[in-house]
Amino acid sequence: MTDTIQKVKNLSIGFRSKKGEEILILKNISTNIKKGETVGIVGESGSGKSTLALAMMGYVKHGLYTIGGECQFNSSNLLKMKSKDLEKIRGRKIAMIPQNAGQALTPNLKIGYQIDEALQLHSDLDEKEREKKISELLNKVRLPSPETIALRYPHELSGGQQQRVAVAMALAGTPDLLLLDEPTTGLDVTTQAHVLELLNFIAKDTGTSMVYVSHDLGAIAQVSDRIIVMYSGEIVLEGPSRDILKRPIHPYTHGLLKSIPKLSLAGLPESMPGTQPQPGTIQSGCSFFDRCNFSDENCKNNSPKLEFLKDLNTSVRCFNYEKLVNESQASQTVNKIKNKSQDKEILNLSEVSISYAKQKLLDQIFNRISDDNPTVKDININIKKGETIALVGESGSGKSTILKSIAGLLRTKDGLIRFDENRNLSSDLKERDPNDLRIIQLIFQNPDESLNPNHTVEEIIAQPLKLYFGLKGEELKKNIIDLLQKVRLGEFYTSRYPRQLSGGEKQRVAVARAFAAKPDIILCDEVTSALDVSVQAAVLNLLQQLKEDFGTTYIFVSHDLAVVRAISDRVAVLYQGRLCEVGPSNDVYKFPSHPYTEVLLGAVLEPDPDIKPKLVAEDIVEERPPEKGCSFQGRCSRIVGDICKKEIPPWQLTDSGNAIRCHIPIKELQKEQF
Amino acid sequence: MLFLIIKRILLGFITLFIVSIITFVGTEVLPGDACTTYLERQAFGEQLEACYRRLGLNVPAYERYVSWALNAIQGDFGYSLSGEMPIKDVLGPRIKNSLVLASAAIFIGIPIALILGIITALWRDKLPDVAISTVTIFAMTIPEFISATLLILIIAIWLEWLPGIVIVPTDVSFLELLPNIILPVVAIAMIMTAHMARMVRSSVIQVMASEYVQMAILKGVPYWKMVFKHVLPNALLPAINVVALTIAWLLGGVVVTEVVFNYPGLGRLVIESISNRDLPTVQALAIILASIYVSINLLADLLTLMLNPRLKTLQIRK
Repeated sequence: MTDTIQKVKNLSIGFRSKKGEEILILKNISTNIKKGETVGIVGESGSGKSTLALAMMGYVKHGLYTIGGECQFNSSNLLKMKSKDLEKIRGRKIAMIPQNAGQALTPNLKIGYQIDEALQLHSDLDEKEREKKISELLNKVRLPSPETIALRYPHELSGGQQQRVAVAMALAGTPDLLLLDEPTTGLDVTTQAHVLELLNFIAKDTGTSMVYVSHDLGAIAQVSDRIIVMYSGEIVLEGPSRDILKRPIHPYTHGLLKSIPKLSLAGLPESMPGTQPQPGTIQSGCSFFDRCNFSDENCKNNSPKLEFLKDLNTSVRCFNYEKLVNESQASQTVNKIKNKSQDKEILNLSEVSISYAKQKLLDQIFNRISDDNPTVKDININIKKGETIALVGESGSGKSTILKSIAGLLRTKDGLIRFDENRNLSSDLKERDPNDLRIIQLIFQNPDESLNPNHTVEEIIAQPLKLYFGLKGEELKKNIIDLLQKVRLGEFYTSRYPRQLSGGEKQRVAVARAFAAKPDIILCDEVTSALDVSVQAAVLNLLQQLKEDFGTTYIFVSHDLAVVRAISDRVAVLYQGRLCEVGPSNDVYKFPSHPYTEVLLGAVLEPDPDIKPKLVAEDIVEERPPEKGCSFQGRCSRIVGDICKKEIPPWQLTDSGNAIRCHIPIKELQKEQF
Repeated sequence: MLFLIIKRILLGFITLFIVSIITFVGTEVLPGDACTTYLERQAFGEQLEACYRRLGLNVPAYERYVSWALNAIQGDFGYSLSGEMPIKDVLGPRIKNSLVLASAAIFIGIPIALILGIITALWRDKLPDVAISTVTIFAMTIPEFISATLLILIIAIWLEWLPGIVIVPTDVSFLELLPNIILPVVAIAMIMTAHMARMVRSSVIQVMASEYVQMAILKGVPYWKMVFKHVLPNALLPAINVVALTIAWLLGGVVVTEVVFNYPGLGRLVIESISNRDLPTVQALAIILASIYVSINLLADLLTLMLNPRLKTLQIRK
């Protein structure tokens, strides 16, 4: 075919284990990328999707090698090509947009130079023309004032800007094929939506083919014409984007789509059991066998082949796909969560302000904090026993900062944190007594970093039990096993080290450790964002179950609005360390009345090609909160006048008890929704 | 930026001030003093009094510190006890000798270290790396008194190519001094080069594994251009501080080599004046070595600051 731009043929890539066995990362992959199309490759971490994308540039990471097959570009095999010839293709014919632009831009070289370098290598322009071209490129990726941006160093730009620079750099060589490796992971929701919109525009504008690699079906849904689903180094499903998302006929994709929380559906999604097998552990049978709800004896012993179904225009690797053909995604079921909150107040923040400003010597001596414009200001929240309240906002909104202050890790500047109606929690960790410390426990985002790598699971969970309850010997052991069972881990986990556990298992251990202290309040800081989608739902379900069993109160911080929707009873929206809106989740999600809530919800990406994000405001990054007036004035599209710049907006209450801080009257705010 | 430099210089002076107090107090609390040491068994009565008066030891300690410090700032450290000559006359040639030795070792050692470090990193786990790394690890592990002695044995005694120990008047010209210092320089440079080459190697390897280098490869940047533009500037930044510490070490810390070769440098002077209980000289040396460390580290920090755009903006924003 003439319109095929890249042809991957029977590609296998792997490494040799210490025992000398050949272990496959990619197993016999074949696919074609056509001219002008955008192909999404989706899979969990470890599915081999990045290795495949890099192979399409003829690049195999240190330690891996090609076992068989080829990647054909213009009918020459990139994997056998000399580096001299590869240099002429990379950046010119095929360009890469990396996952983490902050890490992928060379720190000591100016933005302008790094783009210029690509132009020097891949175009015949002279210096004057190149200079003009750099401005054009930076303009194309919608960076403000290209001339000054070109003179900056990578670290002087925000995450979204860095990603745009990476896009500009890739476009410099006018490539025929763009490879994008998780280009929006790690960006804020709003920034992510803007970058995706830009990529869509570029695809249309330049006619470039794109290969979009991501774990995020929401992002994939927005950009791709065709989707390839990878599992354990194999393609398990391949077909037109809409068909894959609307009618996933592979059990893995089916389960994956079911386990993603949706904005439109409150409640916890069903979780998929188990985890992806480690490379090299599957000997025979289907690699998805032990997690599959549709499997039979045949699946255990024989590996299915990728089968092309003509009438569905889809390839699937499953013996039993027919069972799924008639079922559609709409059958997603959720476990509705019951609001178990009682009327009793358990934690109260009043007028809390927190400052990160470096204190002057005099203030340090008198042990006081002075800052007119603190990072977090005037936080008033009343948390009821047994409820789950979520703090949402972009990075820099102060949500984690507030958690740290509640935990006592960060001193407050002003205000009081009161526990159980009358007990004041000192803002300084050192002045809290052991019981104060016990009642509030934290679960961190990344279990790799929050679990001591030199402790066994037993030692990790034993710590709070020994510290707070002085347990010893048999009783300690019994409690540990009890806790492990509560987080659905067996007794045999006690002697394991964190490195021997999967991401989901590690987070379960972290959950068990938090519950070991029998706390009243658990602070959850982005607890699922380091986990794969299929594991995320399981952890959310576990948290919900434990809460119902123990009557614990959760303060849940997340940037993922769909996750928040699934688990929380009440939501507090923060911008630049100031509250914008507080109310029951149902109301906040149904009538996003504050302009900022509207922006956030509009930017959420759903794994549905029919739901497009709505970009309401620019994705500007503000360094500091404004000195006076409304905190959101810099980005608000509905400013009513000078009043927004001068006066802090008043709290307004809706009928359902939703509090909104805006100068626009409630009635009008709700009228203009969508 | 200017503010930062001034702040760092001020901090340097404070450090020196503290060092001077510590050395002064240190020599003060030791039993005995310069006069008892000098007069030995005659240290009593009239003679001791006279010595105290002559050396000015009869005034309170803080007054002595102030007058000593004021003079020291002007370069006058008073009189050495053993030679009864001004300390600055003792120090002058020693500093010069140490500088000659250090600069020779630096000019030979650093380029070699950089080249070896880069080669071993770029050809990691291949033949050049294995060969060079074996040699550097070997050179690192042999103590300098053994390598120095072996050098003397082979080159000076068996082959008779170069003098084994340095016996020259202090005021000879550089050319006359040159054959004398070759062996000590080689002995020092071996260890120094080996250390630095290992450091450069690991630093380059780390940068080679970074995402931005992978990105440069995927951008189609030719290999050597990538090495020089994307890898080395980032890999060699941390080397600046190591080089600075090495220079300071070369000036005052190569005692063993100086003793083996009988080289009249600063390091040996420290040992000599301590064993002679020549306290004024010890004080002067402490201050001088401290100033060397402070100023070289300051220079290194400022250089890093200038070359690392990330630090530069960070500092200015603060």
